[in-house]
Amino acid sequence: MFAALIILPLVGAAVNWLIPNDRLRPKILALFAFAHLALTIQLLSFTPPESPDGWFNLDPLGKIVLLSTSILFFTCALYSIGYLYYRLERSNRVLCVGILVCLSAASLVTITHHLGLMWVALETTTISMAPLIYFNRNAHSIEATWKYLLICSVGVALALIGLYFLAYSTIVARVEPSLLLDDLIRDAGKLSSGWVHAAFVFLLVGFGTKMGLAPLHTWKPDAYGEAPGLVGALLSGGLVNLAFLALVRVYQLCLATKEIDFFQNALIVMGLFSMIVAAIFMARQPDFKRMLAYSSVEHVGIMAVALGLGGRAIFGVLFHALANSLTKGVLFLSSGNIHRSYNSKSTDHVRGALRRLPWSGGLFLAGFIAISGSPPFAPFISEFTIVSSAFIQGRMLVGAIFLISLTVIFIGMALTVLPMVMGEAPAESEKTDYRDSIWTVGPPLFLLLLIFLLGIWIPEPLMTLLRDASALLEER
Amino acid sequence: MFSLADQLLVLVLLINFISLGTSRLIFSIRAVAVQGVILGILPGLMHPFSWHLVGITIVIIAVKGFVIPMLLSRAVRSAEIKREFEPFLGYVPTLLLGAIFAALSFGFAGKLPMLPEHQYYMFVPASIATLMTGFLVLTTRRKAISQVIGYLVMENGIFIFGLLLADAMPIMVEAGALLDLLVGTFVMGIVMNQISREFSSLDTSLLTSLKEE
Repeated sequence: MFAALIILPLVGAAVNWLIPNDRLRPKILALFAFAHLALTIQLLSFTPPESPDGWFNLDPLGKIVLLSTSILFFTCALYSIGYLYYRLERSNRVLCVGILVCLSAASLVTITHHLGLMWVALETTTISMAPLIYFNRNAHSIEATWKYLLICSVGVALALIGLYFLAYSTIVARVEPSLLLDDLIRDAGKLSSGWVHAAFVFLLVGFGTKMGLAPLHTWKPDAYGEAPGLVGALLSGGLVNLAFLALVRVYQLCLATKEIDFFQNALIVMGLFSMIVAAIFMARQPDFKRMLAYSSVEHVGIMAVALGLGGRAIFGVLFHALANSLTKGVLFLSSGNIHRSYNSKSTDHVRGALRRLPWSGGLFLAGFIAISGSPPFAPFISEFTIVSSAFIQGRMLVGAIFLISLTVIFIGMALTVLPMVMGEAPAESEKTDYRDSIWTVGPPLFLLLLIFLLGIWIPEPLMTLLRDASALLEER
Repeated sequence: MFSLADQLLVLVLLINFISLGTSRLIFSIRAVAVQGVILGILPGLMHPFSWHLVGITIVIIAVKGFVIPMLLSRAVRSAEIKREFEPFLGYVPTLLLGAIFAALSFGFAGKLPMLPEHQYYMFVPASIATLMTGFLVLTTRRKAISQVIGYLVMENGIFIFGLLLADAMPIMVEAGALLDLLVGTFVMGIVMNQISREFSSLDTSLLTSLKEE
C-alpha cells in the first residue's frame, strides 16, 4: 500500500511525459491526483502496520500532512485543466510531470520514519518544483528560480550535515548506528549531547530555510510572486507543510533528548521574527502575489511559535497546518484567475475585481478574511487556540507580539486586498479572453467550502487524528 | 590506510584555498574536479576491498570529477566568460576569512567527542572547513557559475563527513543523497544557461529586479 502511494504519481508522471497533447495532459494529471487522494483516504481509514524494518510508518503526524497535501494537489490538478487551457502558448509537459513527481516525493516524506530517506524526498520536492517556477520563461521568473534553487538547496544541504551529526552521535554513543526516528527516540538518552546539539542547530536552519522562516525567507516573495498561481498554491500549502513535518520530526527527537527548551526558544524567536517581517513588508505591497508570499512567511511564523509554545498550542498548530494549506490554495488559485484576467499582478492595474470577476474576486476576498483568522473559517480556530495557549502559559510578551503582528498584518493586507476587489475596474485596463468558468472557480470554491466546514465543525475522525498527533508531541 | 586518507584531506583543504583565491573560472572548476576525484578515492582507503566499493568509487569519481565539471565548463564556454569580476568581497579578504574559518573548524571539532579510532584524524575539521569555504564562495561571488562552484564545494564538505558514517547510512540513502545533489547541480546548470541567454551574462547581480521598493 505504501509503495502504491509513491509509485502511482510516478506512473502518472511517466504517462504525462509521453503524451504529446497539451490539452490531454492536465486531465491525466487530475486523474492521477484523484487516484492519489482516494488512496490516501483509504490509507487513513485502514492504516497498514509499520513496515518490518521500521522505514515506513504512517503515524498521525504524517497522516495530517499527507491528507492536506493530497487534497491540495488534487484541487490544483483539477484547476490546471481550466488554467492551462489559457496557457496553450507553451508546452505544459514539464509542469504536469513536475507536479506528479513532487506529489510522489511529498508522499514519501509523510510516510517514512527514516530521516535520511526523508531528506532525499524533501530535496526531490525542492528540485522538482524549480522548473515549475520558471514556467513563464522571462527574466523575472529566471531570477526567482535561481534564488529559490540556490537558497533552498543550500538550506537543505545544511540539514543534511545536521542529519550526519545526528548519525555520528549514535556512533559515538556506541548504540546501534541508525537514522530511524524510532531508534533515535529510544536511544535519545544515551546520544552524545555535543553532536546532538550541533545537529539541532543545523536542522533548524536547514528545514527553516525550506519552510521560509525569517530571516531565511528571502527566496519566498520572488518564487511565489513569479510562479503561476497554481504552483504558488502547491509551494505555500504543500511544500511548507512538508518542511514543517521535518521540523516536527526534529522536535520529537528534542523531546526525547530533554533538550527541548533551547529548540523551543529558537522556534519562538524565529517565528515571532517572521511575523514581524511579514507585518513590515505586507504594508503597501503593490504586488498581490508577493503579498501572499509574505502572508505565507507570517503563517510559517505562527506555526513555529506554536511549536515553540508546546502544550495546547500543539493541537492548534497541527490544525493550522491543514487550515493554512487549504486557505492558501483558495488565495493562490483565485489570485491566479485575477492575474489572468487583468494580465497584471500590480494593484495599480487590478481594481474592481468583484465586478469584473464576481466569483474569483469573491473567493479572493473570502480567502483573505479566512487567512486573517476571522470566524467562521478554520484558521480562526487554530490561531485562537495558539494565542490563547500563549496567554494561558503566562507568556504575555509572546502573546502580545503575536496579536499585534496579526493586527498589523490584517490592516496591511486589507489595504491591498480591498481596493483590488472593490470599486470600478480602470477603463484603460487590458482586455483578455479570461472568463470565470466552472474549472477555474470550482477548485478554489471547493477548498473554501472545506475551510468553512472545518471552521464550524471538525468531524470526529479528524478530531481523533489531531488528538493522537498532539499526543506524540507532548512533553513528558 | 587512514593516515594516507588524512594526507589527502590536507590536499582537499589546499584546494579550498585555490577556489577562494582564483578569479579564473576554468581553473576553479578544475580544482573542484580534482577535489571530487580525491573524495572518490577516500572511501577506498578506509574500507576493505569489495566490488560494491569499487562501484561507489567509480560513480563518485565519474560524477564529481568529470560529469559536473564538464557541465560547468560548457556553461562557461557558451557564456564566453573567463573570470569572476568584482566579487562582493575581494580575494584577499575571502582568503583570510577562509583561513579563519579553517582554524575555527579545527577548534569546533576539538570540542566535540569523537570515536577513538577517528580521534587523531582530520575528517571533521576538513569537512567543516570545506563546508564553510563553499558557503564563503557562494555568498561572496557575483557570477552564477561561481555560486554553483561554491555549492559543489559545500557538498564536498558534507561528503567528507559522510565518510565517517559508513555504518549508519544505508547505501540507498547515500546514493539518493548523491543523486539529489547531482540533479540539483544539473538543474542549476540548465537555469544558468537560461540566465546567460536572457541577460547575455552570468552576472547574478543583474538579478535584482525583484525586490521591495
